[in-house]
Amino acid sequence: MMSTMTVAPERKAWVEQVMGMPISIHLRGQGVEGEATARAVADAFATLREMDSIFSTYKEDSQLLRLRREEVAIEDCSPLVREALAIGEEAERVTRGAFTTLLPTATGDLAFDPTGLVKGWAVDLAARRLTGLPGLSYCINAGGDLLVGAHADLPRTGPGSISWRVGIEDPRDRTRIASTLELTEGAVATSGTAARGAHLYDPRTREMVSRSGSVTVTGPELVWADIWATALFVGDADTRDAFSRYAPDYLSTEL
Amino acid sequence: MRRIVLWAMSTLTVLVLLFSYHTSTSSTVVATAETRSGSSTTRSGSSSSSSSSSSSSSGTSNSGNTSGTSGSSGSGSSGSGSSSKTVAGDEVMTRYGVVQVQITVAGGKITAADALQVPDQDRRDQMINSQAVPVYNTETVDAQSAQIDVVSGATYTWEGYTQSLQSAIDKANL
Repeated sequence: MMSTMTVAPERKAWVEQVMGMPISIHLRGQGVEGEATARAVADAFATLREMDSIFSTYKEDSQLLRLRREEVAIEDCSPLVREALAIGEEAERVTRGAFTTLLPTATGDLAFDPTGLVKGWAVDLAARRLTGLPGLSYCINAGGDLLVGAHADLPRTGPGSISWRVGIEDPRDRTRIASTLELTEGAVATSGTAARGAHLYDPRTREMVSRSGSVTVTGPELVWADIWATALFVGDADTRDAFSRYAPDYLSTEL
Repeated sequence: MRRIVLWAMSTLTVLVLLFSYHTSTSSTVVATAETRSGSSTTRSGSSSSSSSSSSSSSGTSNSGNTSGTSGSSGSGSSGSGSSSKTVAGDEVMTRYGVVQVQITVAGGKITAADALQVPDQDRRDQMINSQAVPVYNTETVDAQSAQIDVVSGATYTWEGYTQSLQSAIDKANL
């Protein structure tokens, strides 16, 4: 256990409904009750909500859906929409087509749907609101994909560092945590079919993937950890090859 | 990832949101109760990976087969009752409905975790929940012994479970 020198970090968690799911922000360290802390957390949630208002695929007045219905031009949308397009295109390229933002709609057409990257990206952006809090480490958990970080004044290793133990669910035996990893900063994203049956779309076969198991990717940004976790789950040797080439900062684990 | 299903789920989502979009922050619902946890809505942590039949709608009462973790859930009138307490977590809205978790704490440790509320929107959810909830309950106890802060690889229901659990842990000052 920790030595007695170390003051046990305080802990506080907030939860809000954003993007159709509860997203939680967990803080540890000294000063979780401060006013600046509360403001930063509120700002972080505001960022998440803003992303949802732009990119929601089920709020009829989201910029994304208005764009799709051709009620607005892309020039009239937030610059983030164009950025999402760019990230999506890059993701499709580097994953060798295993990740796409062109998804089939209910009517069978293909439409721009950046849902697969928006959650991770939104969390990355929201986290910027939290990195300026002295003495605090944070974890944002969005549906099992998470991002950990801390103020620059906190050591990343050794005494005084605040690490988070992340359990990776065993996709085949859900009574178990298959593995754990411990990190003081970085993203963890898991993609798989274990949790809810087949639900990953393979753009190359245009079908939902039905293999079992999961892929967990860790790395600096949640948006790319998440993109790669999805791509590696549906992808083939080509995609794995591209992963080792284009994403040297990211690590994958297959279960 | 899982978000691709968002298409299919959208109608359901709207319905669900209309229904119970209410708990927004972790500070909303606070309910600490004394050990008499065996209210009729408690689902015990039976670890049998049961088929979809067992967890049909609300009235399910706790069965006797708790997963050996402790006698503190449901009917068991546990001898250590004096020092154990139960703490209910927040009601957390998920894509499928409201999830609420209750923990039993004895000697500073979680000895049991029960889902007070799980979504019963349709058969599909029941199927999910009948498998998931007992597993999650077991996992909570296991995870705590391994001192895990967060879990990756989860569903929305799991997420709701985690959130409610987290709030219960926060309230129990563990």
